[in-house]
Amino acid sequence: MSTETALEVVDLSQTSVRELNQRLHDAASGGPQAWQVVHPGGLHSIAAGLDAPLDVDIDGHVGYYCAGMNKEATVRIHGNAGVGLAENIMSGSVVVDGDASQSAGATGHGGLVVIRGNASTRCGISMKGVNIVVGGDVGNLSAFMAQKGALVVCGDAGEALGDSIYETHIYVRGSVASLGADCIEKEIGEFHAGELSGLLEESGVDADPGEFRRYGTARRLYNFDIDNAGDY
Amino acid sequence: MGANGSGNGAAGGWSPGLRESALFDRNAIAEIQRKAREGIYDIRGFGAKRKVPHFDDLLLLGASVSRYPLEGYRERCDTSVTLGDRFAREPIELEIPITIAGMSFGALSAPAKEALGRGASAMGTSTTTGDGGMTPEERGHSDKLVYQLLPSRYGMNPDDLRRADAIEVVVGQGAKPGGGGMLLGQKISDRVAEMRDLPKGVDQRSACRHPDWTGPDDLEIKIGELREITDWRVPIYVKMAASRPYFDVALAAKAGADVIVLDGMEGGTAATQDVFIEHVGIPLLAAIPEAVESLKDLGLHRKVQLVVSGGIRSGADAAKALALGADAVSVGVAAMIAIGDNDPALEAEYAKIGTAAGFYDDWQAGQDPAGISTQDEALAARFDPELGGRRLANYLRAMVLEIQTLARACGKSDVRNLEPEDLVSLTIEAAAMARVPLAGTKWIPGLDEDD
Repeated sequence: MSTETALEVVDLSQTSVRELNQRLHDAASGGPQAWQVVHPGGLHSIAAGLDAPLDVDIDGHVGYYCAGMNKEATVRIHGNAGVGLAENIMSGSVVVDGDASQSAGATGHGGLVVIRGNASTRCGISMKGVNIVVGGDVGNLSAFMAQKGALVVCGDAGEALGDSIYETHIYVRGSVASLGADCIEKEIGEFHAGELSGLLEESGVDADPGEFRRYGTARRLYNFDIDNAGDY
Repeated sequence: MGANGSGNGAAGGWSPGLRESALFDRNAIAEIQRKAREGIYDIRGFGAKRKVPHFDDLLLLGASVSRYPLEGYRERCDTSVTLGDRFAREPIELEIPITIAGMSFGALSAPAKEALGRGASAMGTSTTTGDGGMTPEERGHSDKLVYQLLPSRYGMNPDDLRRADAIEVVVGQGAKPGGGGMLLGQKISDRVAEMRDLPKGVDQRSACRHPDWTGPDDLEIKIGELREITDWRVPIYVKMAASRPYFDVALAAKAGADVIVLDGMEGGTAATQDVFIEHVGIPLLAAIPEAVESLKDLGLHRKVQLVVSGGIRSGADAAKALALGADAVSVGVAAMIAIGDNDPALEAEYAKIGTAAGFYDDWQAGQDPAGISTQDEALAARFDPELGGRRLANYLRAMVLEIQTLARACGKSDVRNLEPEDLVSLTIEAAAMARVPLAGTKWIPGLDEDD
């Protein structure tokens, strides 16, 4: 595989998302590895389906599903992100300087998503191994049915945090409006302290790990029990 | 549902003074008693067991003086169908108008999924993944494999997305419109747990809504993302339960679907509440005309292909569905039966778990003596995927011969040339739903003569 170090600049006011994505996909088998996307204009599906260790900087706001199903690539968004940021991410990292809309990091299987601003509702919904670090607040129903990975919230969390959670670890520095079904506060042991510190360091978010509280599953609803019917 | 649900099969002749209530029949009484004992609704597999207006209520009008038939076995009657040529660079080319519906690894054993792939491939048609992702066995044995994008996204990954021959965005399922699913802990083997990123033995809930889109406008953007990830190579299907098909089909087509998969209330499931299976959604017979009308109103009939499923058992059912305007049919329950489910040869085994061949519907329980709806390695090892594949191919071959026989008798050189004009109804209800006249009349209830 031949690689090039020169920065490839793509102007989305002149080039279609289709053409950009095709070029990014083709780069998996050789070609430029460093990309700068300008004038993204809130367009959808920018840099979706990347499958190589590319380095992509996007200067501006993006629409739905930016960096969807990302593998290996590093995508930085110097703006805000629409619905489904990095949905189903497998690996690599996606960093947003601003805020993210609903369902950021939804169902992600791996990798790291960093949102330096706030994230809206359902952040980390059904996450399956991705780590998500939010510099600000998260909206209602974040980490709903979250299975694996960790969600770090440096601000406050909205209603029903971690509703019907499985094995995801949640860390919140600020207040939690309410916990969802089967989600409880848990002690921060040695493993979790290390995990939290590591994620804060990796994401470059300046926060004192000692100020966080941890939430996770009570495992009471793992197998249906009629006596728990009122809790669902 | 175990033996209690199989009450109709019980022996017992008539005796003076014994009059069974039509309302409180033996099934109803047994179910009240079961609820009183257990305090929970019944969860089971299979599909609706109640009688609903169905293709049996329609008849085809063979050719006579006014129509000219084609010679059976001699004159060509084409069965091929192309799915997804609206936007995809590589649409699916099927040799027969019958596909295998989505069924998950998890609900079904790996050898059973392999058998479905083998049988479908032998007949030049497609099979479909389900909740839980794509297994190598399934991909390896399926020449044409449709990869489902479900709300749970268990096992969803972009590599498999790119390996698929088509993508099916699942909005709903005929057995449970508006409902999610549950794979009970007893079917969660190590392999299933790993594929779904959950601990072994935990009940695995499948959400009823997608996590990252909420309405038809979002769906359009979601379809756009899937096309971008796959470089616009493969068709995108949208599967929906039949409840309000005129509007749902229009919205899915407008959102950019290449293919609509419409699943009637008779459609099967691996596990859901009996009350859902029997009481939600509309019969396929009523859904197809609405869907076809919707596509015609958009100028998209035959451009966005319509695949219908739910209670399809035979070539006759399929021919009638095609005549109503479908491009292909899909089979799930029938495919499972073809590969060995409910086999009378296993009668003694069924008896051990309190049921009987022909009645077994506890597909959620993981105790399937046939080794199909189970993750128990010993039970799954009983199942021969090569034999199962051959039986599925035989079944599909026989269905195709039936469709061709009926189509030729109606003078059609292509099975998709069958049309509503070839149909009449036996009942007023079916005439109103299917929008074909009551036999011997010109009457279609609900339509004026000018319609």
